[in-house]
Amino acid sequence: MGSHQDTVGARIGMWLFLYTEIMLFGGLFVLYGAYYRIHAVEFIGTGQELDMVLGCVNTVILLVSSFFVAASVTAVRRNSTKGAMAFLAGAVLLGGLFLLNKYFEWGHKFHLGIYPGSPGLGESPPGRIVFYGLYFTITGLHAFHIVMGMVLLIVCIAMTGLGRIQKERFLLLENCGLYWHLVDLIWIFIFPLFYLIL
Amino acid sequence: MDPHIQSYKKLGGVLGVLLVLTAITVGVSRLDLGSLSLWVAMVIAGMKSALVLLFFMHLKYESWLIRGSFLMTIGVLALFIGFMFWDVAFR
Amino acid sequence: MTSFYHTPFPARFRGVWAWLLTLDHKRIALLYLGAVMFWFIIAIVLGFLVRMELMTPGRTIMGAETYNAAFTLHGVIMIFLFVIPAMPAIFGNFLLPIQIGTDDVFFPKLNLLSWYLYMLGGVLAIVSLFADGPPDTGWTFYVPFSVSTQTNVGLTVTAAFTLGLSSMLTGLNFITTVHRMRVPGMGWLQIPLFTWSLYATAWVQLLATPVLSITLLLVVFERVFGTGLFDPARGGDPVLYQHLFWMYSHPAVYIMILPGMGVISEIIPVFSRKSIFGYKAIVGSSLGIATAGSLVWAHHMFTSGMSDVAVFVFSFLTFIVAIPSAIKVFSWVSTMYKGSILMTPPLFFALCFIYLFSVGGLTGLVLGSAGTNIQVHDTHFVVAHFHFVMFGGTGFSFFAALHFWWPKIFGRMYDFKRAYLSALLIVTGFMLHYVPMFILGLQGMPRRYHDYLEQFAPGNLFAGLGALIMVPGLFLMVINLMMSLKQPVDAPADPWGGTTLEWSVPSPPPLHNFIERPSPGEYPYDFSRVGTP
Repeated sequence: MGSHQDTVGARIGMWLFLYTEIMLFGGLFVLYGAYYRIHAVEFIGTGQELDMVLGCVNTVILLVSSFFVAASVTAVRRNSTKGAMAFLAGAVLLGGLFLLNKYFEWGHKFHLGIYPGSPGLGESPPGRIVFYGLYFTITGLHAFHIVMGMVLLIVCIAMTGLGRIQKERFLLLENCGLYWHLVDLIWIFIFPLFYLIL
Repeated sequence: MDPHIQSYKKLGGVLGVLLVLTAITVGVSRLDLGSLSLWVAMVIAGMKSALVLLFFMHLKYESWLIRGSFLMTIGVLALFIGFMFWDVAFR
Repeated sequence: MTSFYHTPFPARFRGVWAWLLTLDHKRIALLYLGAVMFWFIIAIVLGFLVRMELMTPGRTIMGAETYNAAFTLHGVIMIFLFVIPAMPAIFGNFLLPIQIGTDDVFFPKLNLLSWYLYMLGGVLAIVSLFADGPPDTGWTFYVPFSVSTQTNVGLTVTAAFTLGLSSMLTGLNFITTVHRMRVPGMGWLQIPLFTWSLYATAWVQLLATPVLSITLLLVVFERVFGTGLFDPARGGDPVLYQHLFWMYSHPAVYIMILPGMGVISEIIPVFSRKSIFGYKAIVGSSLGIATAGSLVWAHHMFTSGMSDVAVFVFSFLTFIVAIPSAIKVFSWVSTMYKGSILMTPPLFFALCFIYLFSVGGLTGLVLGSAGTNIQVHDTHFVVAHFHFVMFGGTGFSFFAALHFWWPKIFGRMYDFKRAYLSALLIVTGFMLHYVPMFILGLQGMPRRYHDYLEQFAPGNLFAGLGALIMVPGLFLMVINLMMSLKQPVDAPADPWGGTTLEWSVPSPPPLHNFIERPSPGEYPYDFSRVGTP
């Protein structure tokens, strides 16, 4: 069937898929908006309990990894296979680092008795419970997307090594890159909404 | 195939601006702007995401279809959030 | 030219694998046809049992618990496994590529994956029946009940999530196909109206379905982790669940009806021997319905404790949706005016559609208007209204499409007399079934109740009698169509005298649809190009 050559069409398909991801997280942002309006004071108070420094570090990590992925496309198009693989490996490592930070962050909260449905959290004011409910749902779903993105990037590394991604044929890399950037994009909004509201 | 290969220098520049914007949004959040602070944070996040979209995601070089449909998606989401406030804001 | 039945794609597969691993959009459409009809028949039986239970006051054939499960499953199966996928997945898959003059959809593998996701969703739905007792929440899964009930809601919700994913991927495929694969020379205003309606639908599928996905995920999270996002005792707000749910599920109503409207827009001109009236108006109204229909979700929630301002705004917007819908109805009727009308079973079903859909649409205004809504909210009036739209609308357009494109898909002509008879039984039974429910609703009989007061007995009896007429009609229709496969009455390429591209290829079409590159006319509904059949 005649579609295999049409990279523009394949990219359109990828963007359409990204729209579904945007709307998926969008549903949660709808909830955030409504609950922010209802529980503004408690949201602001609870936001200060999150570790802003860790949030900043993770933001920087994702931005740099996004840069690496964008740079890997440039590398492939300049026919530098090694460079592309190095950039992608860097992005995957940063993704891993992001997850590690998240692990410590969540672990610390669990240690304090703060997790969905925990008895300790149950005694706090309602806004605080909702804030943490949203926090765990949104960052959890986001972390899941990071894992998926890392898998895709690892596939890209392998494909680049095998010569399946190269100067004239980099659609897969471009589309996986788009996915990774989207995950970064969502974090750009999660960061101020949870870590910076004061 | 779009002919635009973006140089490392340009991508690095974009990353630089993104990091500066991150610093600004953190700094601004320390100021007491009252109810404005959420809006300021959202505007800066919007600027950051615009940079990621335009350069990292090549939206700047895409066809009208992708650019238009992206804006439509954001518009639909904005309407969903906005129309929710017909209820939440007037209870 | 051998038909696609004899040329598997990819060619190396034989027998059952030629179907299960096929990448041919026509075979995938038939896979969907089989699966969708299976679920349709199960849901008909469930609905029939619900109606039989309500035929007399008190317990008739089942207890209250079974009744709750039966209507929930009837709703879930009909909505997620029949009405939403029926048009796009069956007729869209088969006809969209042919109507725009190409050989397949843009992502054939994704297309097959959508079918497997659909099947997986169906299997999960079956398993949920037997694991911890069938779900009893109604198809809306409202919190807090869906979070607290002991029945197996989690699995049913997962099934709906999977089916949503399948529907989303189909939409993604269609949008890309329409943009990238139209035959050269086919501009946007030369696209047939059925494909246009699928295109508008695909956008709604793509942008609204993820909101349902996240809503259903949240229900699962609530049940598993006890997040408390919708629990008032913990700061949550159950009304927000309803907002999220209807943000998808109201646009989903237009996912269900828009392709049906597209079918009618194809059938009416063919059998009126007249170019469609207001081609651009119909295209515009499809897009208008898709847009406006996405912004009226909260009219399902007028009695939920929402703010008065919201009630006012959403009621107003609901009235706006009536405008593009009416444009379509007027265009169809105007197409028939002074046309040279040829009565056939598909046209008969299409005419039933126009009437029943109009009734459904107008009673929708009764519900959309905030004042009258309070009176009839959650009564049988609502049930009658959405069955007029979903069954009288989508259902009848589905039957019309079956009879219209059956010769194209299978290359066989069915028996007209039995087709008319079944249509007559269905529509008579339909009226007897649902009209009393409007009256019952106005009198105040609530929906979803197992038992009712003595004063509602006559209406329920009539409704039950209607079901007794309608259901045999449905089975007669299916049997009649199946019997055509046995009879060797071969259908010609263009049995009706249609003008769109699917009628220019043999029935059934060859593997790559077109023998030579088709040349679309200036205008898809130019009847000066064909003679009378």
